[in-house]
Amino acid sequence: MATAAGAGQEKQLAPTLLSFFIYNPKLGPKEGEEEKKILFYHPNEVEKNEKIRNVGLCEAIVQFTRTFSPTKPAKSLHTQKNRQFFHEPEENFWMVMVVRNPIIEKHKDGKPVYEYQEEELLDKVYSSVLQQCYSMYKLFNGTFLKAMEDGGVKVLKERLEKFFHRYLQTLHLQSCDLLDVFCGISFFPLDKMTYLKIQSFINRMEESLNIVKYTAFLYNDQLIWSGLEQDDMRILYKYLTTSLFPRHMEPELAGRDSPIRAEMPGNLQHYGRFLTGPLNLNDPEAKCRFPKIFVNTDDTYEELHLIVYKAMSAAVCFMIDASILPTLEFCRKLDSIVGPQLTMLASDICEQYNINKRISGAEKEPQFKFIYFNHMNLAEKSTIHMRKTPSVSLASVHPDLMKILGDINSDFSRIDEDEEIIVKAMSDYWVVGKKSDQRELYVILNQKNANLIEVNEEVKKLCATQFNNIFFLD
Amino acid sequence: MSREPPPGEEEAPGGEGEGRARAGEGGCYLALCGRPVHFEKANPVNCVFFDEANKQSMRLVVHLLGNCCGARSCCWVAGSEPVILLETVFAVRSGGATGVVVKGLEDRNPISFRMEDKGEVKCIKFSLGNKILAVQRTLKSVDFLNFIPDSPQLEYTQECKTKNANILGFCWTSSTEIVFITDQGIEFYQVLPEKRSLKLLKNQSINVNWYMYCPESSVILLSTTVLGNVLQPFYFKSGTMSKLSKFEIELPAAPKSSKLSLSERDIAMATIYGQLYVLYLRHHSRTSNSTGAEVVLYHLPREGSCKKTHILKLNRTGKFALNVVDNLVVVHHQDTETSVIFDIKLKGEFDGSTTIHQFVLPPRSIQPYQIPVAGPASVTSQSPVPCKLYSSSWIVFQPDIIISASEGYLWSLQVKLEPVVNLLLDKGRLMDFLLQRKECKMVILSVCSQMLSEPERGSLSVIATVFDKLNHEYKKYLEAEQSYTMVVEAGLSRSNPLPKRPVRTQAVIDQSDMYTHVLSVFTEKKEAPHKFTIAVLMEYIRSLNQFQIAVQHYLYELVIKTLVQHNLFYMLHQFLQYHVLSDSKPLACLLLSLESIYPPAHQLSLDMLKRLSTANDEIVEVLLSKHQVLAALRFIRGIGGHDSISARKFLDAAKQAEDDMLFYTIFRFFEQRNQRLRGNPSFTPGEHCEEHVTFFKQVFGEQALMKPTTF
Repeated sequence: MATAAGAGQEKQLAPTLLSFFIYNPKLGPKEGEEEKKILFYHPNEVEKNEKIRNVGLCEAIVQFTRTFSPTKPAKSLHTQKNRQFFHEPEENFWMVMVVRNPIIEKHKDGKPVYEYQEEELLDKVYSSVLQQCYSMYKLFNGTFLKAMEDGGVKVLKERLEKFFHRYLQTLHLQSCDLLDVFCGISFFPLDKMTYLKIQSFINRMEESLNIVKYTAFLYNDQLIWSGLEQDDMRILYKYLTTSLFPRHMEPELAGRDSPIRAEMPGNLQHYGRFLTGPLNLNDPEAKCRFPKIFVNTDDTYEELHLIVYKAMSAAVCFMIDASILPTLEFCRKLDSIVGPQLTMLASDICEQYNINKRISGAEKEPQFKFIYFNHMNLAEKSTIHMRKTPSVSLASVHPDLMKILGDINSDFSRIDEDEEIIVKAMSDYWVVGKKSDQRELYVILNQKNANLIEVNEEVKKLCATQFNNIFFLD
Repeated sequence: MSREPPPGEEEAPGGEGEGRARAGEGGCYLALCGRPVHFEKANPVNCVFFDEANKQSMRLVVHLLGNCCGARSCCWVAGSEPVILLETVFAVRSGGATGVVVKGLEDRNPISFRMEDKGEVKCIKFSLGNKILAVQRTLKSVDFLNFIPDSPQLEYTQECKTKNANILGFCWTSSTEIVFITDQGIEFYQVLPEKRSLKLLKNQSINVNWYMYCPESSVILLSTTVLGNVLQPFYFKSGTMSKLSKFEIELPAAPKSSKLSLSERDIAMATIYGQLYVLYLRHHSRTSNSTGAEVVLYHLPREGSCKKTHILKLNRTGKFALNVVDNLVVVHHQDTETSVIFDIKLKGEFDGSTTIHQFVLPPRSIQPYQIPVAGPASVTSQSPVPCKLYSSSWIVFQPDIIISASEGYLWSLQVKLEPVVNLLLDKGRLMDFLLQRKECKMVILSVCSQMLSEPERGSLSVIATVFDKLNHEYKKYLEAEQSYTMVVEAGLSRSNPLPKRPVRTQAVIDQSDMYTHVLSVFTEKKEAPHKFTIAVLMEYIRSLNQFQIAVQHYLYELVIKTLVQHNLFYMLHQFLQYHVLSDSKPLACLLLSLESIYPPAHQLSLDMLKRLSTANDEIVEVLLSKHQVLAALRFIRGIGGHDSISARKFLDAAKQAEDDMLFYTIFRFFEQRNQRLRGNPSFTPGEHCEEHVTFFKQVFGEQALMKPTTF
């Protein structure tokens, strides 16, 4: 029925992933051996020669641009129809992502006409997406080099194939925005006492389950404690909140008496359950297999089992050394120790959170739309984005405004100084970006006939209410 | 002459070593005091009295050979057949002088005097403060002798008022008030030493079988009725006598005949945790199926009725004696020569009305005691003689006195806390026990140190329990102190009597105690894995927070130091993010000093200074030191302090930044300020900005200077 809409009807086609490949020029240096360079290519159906051509092109571009900037080779290539992003996460290993520009489909004389929007995509956003692809791969597989050491090109290829085959399907390129640049962590606001209780809980659990090396604690998909270093936590947090938790949301939403719940293993004393590992502890055949993750790859290079255990809204990640295989007995022990305490703690946190909310003046939904990010602790806060649905976080404002935010961010990253940028956008919208030391704040205001001074005042008000406990220059 | 043990012997030297040697079976937690009162053994010319109120022994040396007659005192009390083990009281016949020597545990200088020998002394006691001596020689009267300087020295006598009554005894309730207990009632007198007479204040008729006096609480307990098990307490205070409600002791089995069934030997009175209790030693009866004897505690409140509140299970039968030491009930068992202790504050089994307690620690002997050898008399026997413990010649008085009549010693009983540590393995219970003891501080601190280090390292939950118990006590004191301060402050206007300042007992273990004796030592040692070290510190901070006690800065410093040592900066960051380490200027400065090894510390520090809101000068300094001159200026303007800041300071910083545009901006800002404040953009000589003006002219030219605006 689209045609019935008549002429002038426009259709927006979102950016999509055209291809994604990984290569290492050192693997096939001789002519005729070019195919050896390619470690992974998506889509796989592409004809071999085309693969080789595309890889060769990228290689050439990188090589060419290097002559102008030896330390910072090209990061992206803009063309009319698409944009290519280059990333060299490990020496000589290149990852390339080709994204098709968004298209406006118009109808002229009954025929569709495609208009490529060359300037819509933000380099920083998609470069970050590409970097996250690597980080995520590394989290579950370790470095490329490690795979090569383990079993040469063959093993690396297998791992890449296995991982990216599924992972690429979860890239939602149409909804990538500033938050992907930050790849931040949302922290759960908590009073000191409850926080200390959680600390105490974690310490006691690590003591009782003495094989646990690191622990992370989350509530409501927000981080409270990380025993891992910041960078590892950043990517693990992304995995948990965009992949693991959404997949396990249903049983919780189903409520206590629903049939899904009834089938859940465990007992009446607590609500604890494994999100990774055994589903039913009463089943003697239950498999105690946990995902493996790799952390501190720069120095100690640790391989760990990731045990994620959840009770109500509280989730704990226990990480144990991969050389130790967690047995069913261990899982049962964990369940019996952690389950009841975590259940109690979760209801404590919930209660305390509600009390605090009431004390702080029944914190209404903030009328401000803003994104805050602190580079120091990766803390991120957004009132622009809806709650994360499985794998996507949707912005509640027009994409054009999101693009302005991205542009301001690019400006900020070019200079070290503190800055403030105020943009008048279309239809009564104002976008304000502030950078103070390592913090960035982006505010979207919609006030009829507001002038610059009024906008400035509004932002000051926001800072006074939301950020009064940090040093954030007005 | 009696001999004092050598001075300074707090512990009998041999005894301690021996005690350790025998500690294979576990430490002895009870000991006899190292400096006992020594008196000549009871012999035919010598008799000894003990005055509970003054805790004095009184030795009467009789100069004529005395005739033996049957007064008695007794100690060991056995179940079915009360055995009198000691009969050593001697009387005095007329016709001579009696020498009296008075010795006490506290007053080391014995009082000696002579008094006329007027017959057998049944009872002899000083009033409080050794003012007046009362001597009972007959059943009908008591004689008095003043010991007040410049008062009449002649003896005077008071007969009991009640006709045909016999005086059972008397007790001093103050320095000049005395109570006669007769078989028909009690008589309360005021002694008028100047007039050498007594004035009857009050009397009360009641049939009395026997009586008991608790000097600590000024309560006399009378045994009445035929069976003797109805006890009538009286309370005395500054000239008044009040009758408390009487109560009945439940006898183990219904007595077959109507004869006296409750003996005074089975009853003791003592103050435990500030409350008066009547302790009844209920012997094992064959008819009931109890597993042994028990001590029943009746709580005797000043007002209201007496209630049975606690039962102490002895789980054994035989001869027992009771003491109360440091609020603990000590039960000595002669047959096994061991003692057990009970703490009624420890959790017991509550059956709805009474709490049943088992003994806190396994039964142990009193620590072996060596009779000190001193003086020429002992030259023949060089080695100290071990003292026979639990001897049948022991006499026990409340609360903590043990007398060995045969050896001539008077001891106070002591509880030793160090051995308890290894006998009470449940650390929570151990803390409950220790926190109630008088001399507990160092022992508690050593328990804390011990549970943090190998080989007896405690689990975190045990450590948490211990911290919570300590801080509970600590908080109680802080609260009492706080409400006292408030009352004092409020009371200054009104002239109310001031309340008593709360006493800081040894059980108050504050942060500085923990820091000095436990935590700093523990973190220094570095023998524990750092994870454990940090967990312990956090656990202590958690506990303090739980009791809403403000955490001292040095604890945070200890946490930070430990984290920094192990490069756990991200952990530190998270703690600060959740304000676990409370804001303070010293902490902010400490963070600033970490910036070189952990750059985000800079931001954390600035945030903290901002929250303190009293550290604006520091913020400006920090920013200027980083050449963030503009940021500093914006900050100071934001808080409205830009009119009073020193222009020179900012211009100096701007110049050091070697950024001409920055310098220009700052310079212009101050020119504008000058214009606004003084109507002229130029700097005054007092601002000392001449070199900056010169520099400005050099770089930007004279014409760039702001012109004074004139209206």
